[in-house]
Order: sequence, then C-alpha cells, then structure tokens
Amino acid sequence: MVKNAINRIYLFIIFLFLYAPIMVLIVFSFNNSKSRSHWNGFTLRWYIELFQDPVIKKALFYTIAIALLSSLIATIVGTIAAIGIHSFNDWKKTLILNINYIPILNPDIVTGVSLMILFIFARIKLGFWTMLLAHITFNIPYVILSVLPKLKQLNSHLYEAALDLGATPLYAFFKVILPEIRPGIVTGALLAFTLSVDDFVISFFNTSSGVTNLSITIFSMARTGINPKINALSTIMFLTILILLFIVNIRTSKEVKEEKAK
Amino acid sequence: MAEHIIELVDISKTFDSTEVLKTINLYIRKNEFLTLLGPSGCGKTTTLRIIGGFEQPTTGKVLFEGKDITSLPPYKRRVNTVFQRYALFSHLSVEENIAFGLKIKKLDKATIKEKVRNALKLVNLEGYENRSVDSLSGGQQQRIAIARALVNEPDVLLLDEPLGALDLKLRQDMQVELKRMQKQLGITFIYVTHDQEEALTMSDTIVVMKDGLIQQIGTPEDIYNEPKNAFVADFIGESNIIPGIMKKDCLVEFCNTIFDCVDKGFGVNEPVDVVIRPEDVEIYPDDSGKLQGIVESVTFKGVHYEMIIRTDSFAFTAHNTLMFPQNSKVSISVAPDNIHIMKKAVN
Repeated sequence: MVKNAINRIYLFIIFLFLYAPIMVLIVFSFNNSKSRSHWNGFTLRWYIELFQDPVIKKALFYTIAIALLSSLIATIVGTIAAIGIHSFNDWKKTLILNINYIPILNPDIVTGVSLMILFIFARIKLGFWTMLLAHITFNIPYVILSVLPKLKQLNSHLYEAALDLGATPLYAFFKVILPEIRPGIVTGALLAFTLSVDDFVISFFNTSSGVTNLSITIFSMARTGINPKINALSTIMFLTILILLFIVNIRTSKEVKEEKAK
Repeated sequence: MAEHIIELVDISKTFDSTEVLKTINLYIRKNEFLTLLGPSGCGKTTTLRIIGGFEQPTTGKVLFEGKDITSLPPYKRRVNTVFQRYALFSHLSVEENIAFGLKIKKLDKATIKEKVRNALKLVNLEGYENRSVDSLSGGQQQRIAIARALVNEPDVLLLDEPLGALDLKLRQDMQVELKRMQKQLGITFIYVTHDQEEALTMSDTIVVMKDGLIQQIGTPEDIYNEPKNAFVADFIGESNIIPGIMKKDCLVEFCNTIFDCVDKGFGVNEPVDVVIRPEDVEIYPDDSGKLQGIVESVTFKGVHYEMIIRTDSFAFTAHNTLMFPQNSKVSISVAPDNIHIMKKAVN
C-alpha cells in the first residue's frame, strides 16, 4: 500500500514538473491583463487579437502550407524508400536503416545549420522553398520508420497472389500493397505533419525574414517582450500537437492490438 | 493417351550457388490431379513456382499446350495458385477478394456477382459475400483462397501445401472436397505436399522428389506397391529396409537367410536393399517362421498394433491386428511377392 502510494506521488510530481509550465501558460492565455503574475479575470481577448494580427496570420499560413506540403512529399518519398529498403537483403537493410537513424538522432541545430550551409553553397536563396526542402528532409526518416513495420507484417505472397489473378505489377501495387500498408503510411504522414508544425530550430536557419512559421514568430515576438498573444498562440499550438500525437498513438496501439489478436 | 497440358523440359534452378533443382523433366496430363511429394527442401515448391511464373528457371523450358511460356509473367498465364498461407487481401471483403481477378478481366457487374456466388457455393460458403476476411477461421479462409483462384476458370490450378495449417479432421474433409471440385470442374490440379497420406488419397499421379531430383513418377498404387528405391519406400509409408545380397533371379539373402522373391534382373551376388512393409511381416507365436525373434515393444495404434521384433541381425517393425506380448518369443516370415528388392541407393 505504502509503496503504491509512493509510486503515485512520484508519478504525480514528475507530471507536475513536466506540465506545470504549460498549465500556467494556458491559464494566463485567458488572463484579462498583460500581467504574468496577477489573475484579473477571464477573457478571450488575446485569442481574438491573435487572429487579427497580420504577422501571425501570415505565419499560420506558412506553417500549415509547409506542414501539408512537406508531410505529403515526405510520405510519398518515404513510402517508396521503405518499399525499396524492405526488398534489400539483411546486411544492406541494416546499413540503410542505420543511415536512416542518423538524421533522427542528429541534434536539430546541426541538421539546421548544415542544411543552411548546403543551400548557401548551392546558391539557393533562403525562403519558403528552402524551408520546405528542410522539412521534407527531416520528415522522410520518420515516414520510413512508420511504413517499414507494416511491410514486414505483409504476407510475402500477397503481391504474387495479385499477379497470379491477372494484375500487372503496377495494378498490384496500387490495389493490394498500398491499401495493405496504408495504416503505416497514414501514421507516418500524421507524424511528419506534427513534426513540421512543431519545428523551430531547423526552420529558423533555413528561411529568410519574410517567410516565418509560427514558432519563429513566437520567438521573435518574445524577444521584444512577452505579449499575452504568445500565450494564446502557444496554447493553440500545444493543443494541436497534443491532438495529433494522440491520434498517432491511438493508431499505433490499435495496430499493436490487432497484431496480437491475429 | 491424354493431351499434355504442361511440360517441363530440362528445368534446373540455382539460388545463389545452391542447386535447388537439377534437370527436372515432367509432363502433366490434362485434367489429372498430380502431386509433387517430397521432404522440405526437395524443390517441389520451386517447381510449382516455376510453373506459376513466380520463379525463372536457370535452364530449361516450360511448355503450356506445346507453347513455350518460360518468360511469360504470372499475370499472362492461364494458371491460378492457392498459396500456402492463403494470401487473402485483408483490406477487401470476401466478395471483393473473389472478384479481384474478374474485375481485372473487366466483366460486367452482374456477371461478377453471379460468378462469385457460384464460387462460394462450390466451396460451401454461400452467403459469406460481405464478411471481412479476418473474421473467418483458417479453414474458411482456405476455402475463400480456393474460390478466388477457381472463379477465374484457370486451365491449371496450382496448390502449394494448402492444407498445411489446418487440423487433421479439417484436412481430411478438405482432401475429399478438393478431389470433388477437381472432378466436377475438370481442371488440372498440381498439388504440392510433404504429407504422403494426402498424396495417396487425392492424386492420379504422384511425383516423388528429393534433393532437386525426381525419384519416381506413378499412380499412388505404383508408388506404394512398387517403390523404385529405398528413399521412396521409406517416404511413402513406413518400411523395413534391410541390406541384402541377390543370390540369383528370384532368390535373395538377408538376415543370413535365403528368401524366395519375385524380382529378376540383378547381378549375381549384387548387394541390394530389401524393403518390407510392416503390414507384410507375418508373425507366428511358435518357431514355424523363417526368422526367430523377440517382441521388443508393443504400441497400440488403433486399427492395429505396432511391434518391434528383434532378430539376430535386424529389428523389424511389424503391424498386426493381433497382439503378441512384449518379450515373448515369436518367428516371422514374408511372402515372396511382399519382398521388394531395390538397387542400393548411391549415397
């Protein structure tokens, strides 16, 4: 009993530690005052102002545009790559998978700076397109890692069965392989979208002043003094990411359950 | 002589320097039920996959009604396959699974519906159209896989150990049903299995394979009664295989005793393998048989008892409906036409 209670208290403290800052942020996003220490009553003022601010509206547009495009392109490229990797023999597969892990483990700052140097070296003007390219780059490995397990579970005879029934290789791919691995592809796309919305460091180094996403906007606003609008914006971003991650995790655990049931 | 639908000419197959098939020559008659039988790794599945078009032979040709189809891709062959683990499309319903091939042929909707219904009727799963594949039992999934292949009205149906994952009772029922379907539809079946009983039950022709070579081709009766070598004899049912010496035509010596037999054409004093089926070992409670021995063990097998009878030089496995108690003294004999003489296996 005592041990159980200690366990719970310990867990509570950890979550408190993790989520207290965000809780404070959310609470103060509804505070009817610019103060960050006194509660002056409930308001939605900051949220309304937020959506009237042209800088933030522009940043929101770029964030969503880049998240949509980069997750879409990364999903296509990553899925094709995963299918290729899956058909490799053992040692080649291990090699490629390890190479695939490096960008994931690499500190964002290194990825961001090295991409910037590459773009400058290649004389590509920093802006929307470089940010998009950067996002595609860091999203691809995550898509590969989401799709590969689905390919492994695939009955190796499914493709042959489709050919056997008269399907051309292309028809078999679109009508059999793709639908069978679709859960992995959707999870990968959601993950890529989430990571793209979430990213600050890599975006920061690979864009020009005119093109900024929400996290860069928050950063620059915060430098000139904390405005409660930042609280509101951060709250919205936090909730968006939270919901997306929930969806990804529910999908993944559902798949694990289905796999166990088989 | 019936028409040959498929011919394999000098087929060989090498995977990364492993020779899986060494010169296979085989023809398959129209409307026959042919079984490729052998232990795992004998090349039977590879042979089937070459016929299906999933594997290219290293050398040799595949002829279909006399025409070379060696390089034809699977989707252009008039052959359909039932795969080992069914390979059903889990994102499609039962109906969509069966209709998969028909849709590619661009048949109209009403015809497809009708054909799917008939196919389900054939495999005794009427009314299962809208079920999801995952909700079916293993036996039902197997039937759907068979329906999905047969609905395309192939000239040849290939079956790769289709009953391997089913339990014994279900397997026996499916054997009878497969045979019924084959007769009813008049389609050539090529069946791969390692289960000799399955092969004997269903086949018109059995091809016994080992190490990438065909050991014997024949009817189930031929293969069982006249196995060509000790491997076939041992693989098709249990056998006593005893080293012996051919004294002259129709006279063989084994266990230091001369026996009459019916085989001719061996060299004088040629070493041979003598094969005797357990059910052909005659047991006498006294010493009237030719070899004296002691019952070493008795096992009840349902229809008969299995007994190990140790003589001076060989332990015979014998099947008999009568039980001779353990450790009792008995004698055994074998009738001349139950003694099968085979050339010594090369390895």
